[in-house]
Amino acid sequence: MKSGLKRSNAPIFWGLFGAGGMFSALFGPMLVFITGIAVPLGLMLPANTMSYAKMMAFAQNIIGKGFILAVIALFLWFAAHRIFHSLHEIGIHAGVGAKLLCYGSAFIATVISAVVLLSLGF
Amino acid sequence: MSENLKIIEIEVLRYHPESDREPHLEVYKVPFTDDMSVLQGAQYIKDNFDGSLTFRWSCRMAICGSCGMMINGIPKLSCETFLRDYHPNRIRIEALAHFPIEKDLVVDLSGFIEKLESIQPYIIPKEPRSLEQGEYLQSPQQFNDYIQFTSCINCTLCYAACPQFGLNPDFIGPAAIALLHRYNMDSRDGAAEERMELVASEEGVFNCSAVGYCSVVCPKHVDPANAVNINKTNAAKDYFLRFLSPKGGSK
Ligand code: SF4
Ligand code: FES
Repeated sequence: MKSGLKRSNAPIFWGLFGAGGMFSALFGPMLVFITGIAVPLGLMLPANTMSYAKMMAFAQNIIGKGFILAVIALFLWFAAHRIFHSLHEIGIHAGVGAKLLCYGSAFIATVISAVVLLSLGF
Repeated sequence: MSENLKIIEIEVLRYHPESDREPHLEVYKVPFTDDMSVLQGAQYIKDNFDGSLTFRWSCRMAICGSCGMMINGIPKLSCETFLRDYHPNRIRIEALAHFPIEKDLVVDLSGFIEKLESIQPYIIPKEPRSLEQGEYLQSPQQFNDYIQFTSCINCTLCYAACPQFGLNPDFIGPAAIALLHRYNMDSRDGAAEERMELVASEEGVFNCSAVGYCSVVCPKHVDPANAVNINKTNAAKDYFLRFLSPKGGSK
């Protein structure tokens, strides 16, 4: 066995990536359809599906908060990881800089969404 | 020469370390019959045009794993690839991608050999066993758990296919991880935890970005990509659960 092996901390990012990948595959297309197509065009769903009052109530519910946070944060961690690796694949080995930019923005966005969601109250 | 003898142009990546600054392509016009492999085409060039052309081969029947080369950019065993499938187009053969070229089509495999050694490719019993205890018994299920991963012939086509190995030559890579998995999955072996140090290291499974091309080019259906991905899950479990287990995989 080789000596001096350093444990990779990739499992953290890979775990978030995996969770985000699954979550976005499950919910992404449906959310795009509801928020981007059905509601704006008034198709299939009641006109007030995404009214301010309803959305606010959703965001004030603890499960609703969890869902919104998961959608924003996990999608971002998924994207950050994918972008970071794609950069590497197309030959941009920006190393620590790219890592900070990709994962850092996912991290900051996660914190901001958590703070905003909490500040909306229960 | 019989009348059904056709001619194919074979473009060969040549490199002589003592006289060439970099590899270059040379084209040869090779007469061939329908039963001729690309390896035989190279042999024809060596016998008739340039005796210095250097390449590896032994079995000529997709068993030994020594004749791998890039054939029109795809890593393949040249002994089981046929010239007739490329005719009338020109065919290009090059040394396997991602490895340093030693001469012409021969690459330097010493890094790969070191990797094979590093995974401890032998059964390390869970506990000492006396002769009186007799042989190990294995159920068909236990046998099936690892048999697929024993089929590797070390042809390194999967390394030539792996973009991540191309970017980071320290990555232990598909075949070595498949072999590691073969021993981990063997009911007679007890060293999975020891091997985890390598699996979970910066040279380990997380270099893989799940491209999967290794499994596509593998001539023996070893499916190294699957071995790598199973071990990603194992390494992630080890990462998060190591604090709960007294021994843990590694630091
Ligand atoms: S896993 Fe397949 S492609 Fe890779 S070295 Fe073994 S036989 Fe060759
Ligand atoms: S010569 Fe043995 S595999 Fe091709």
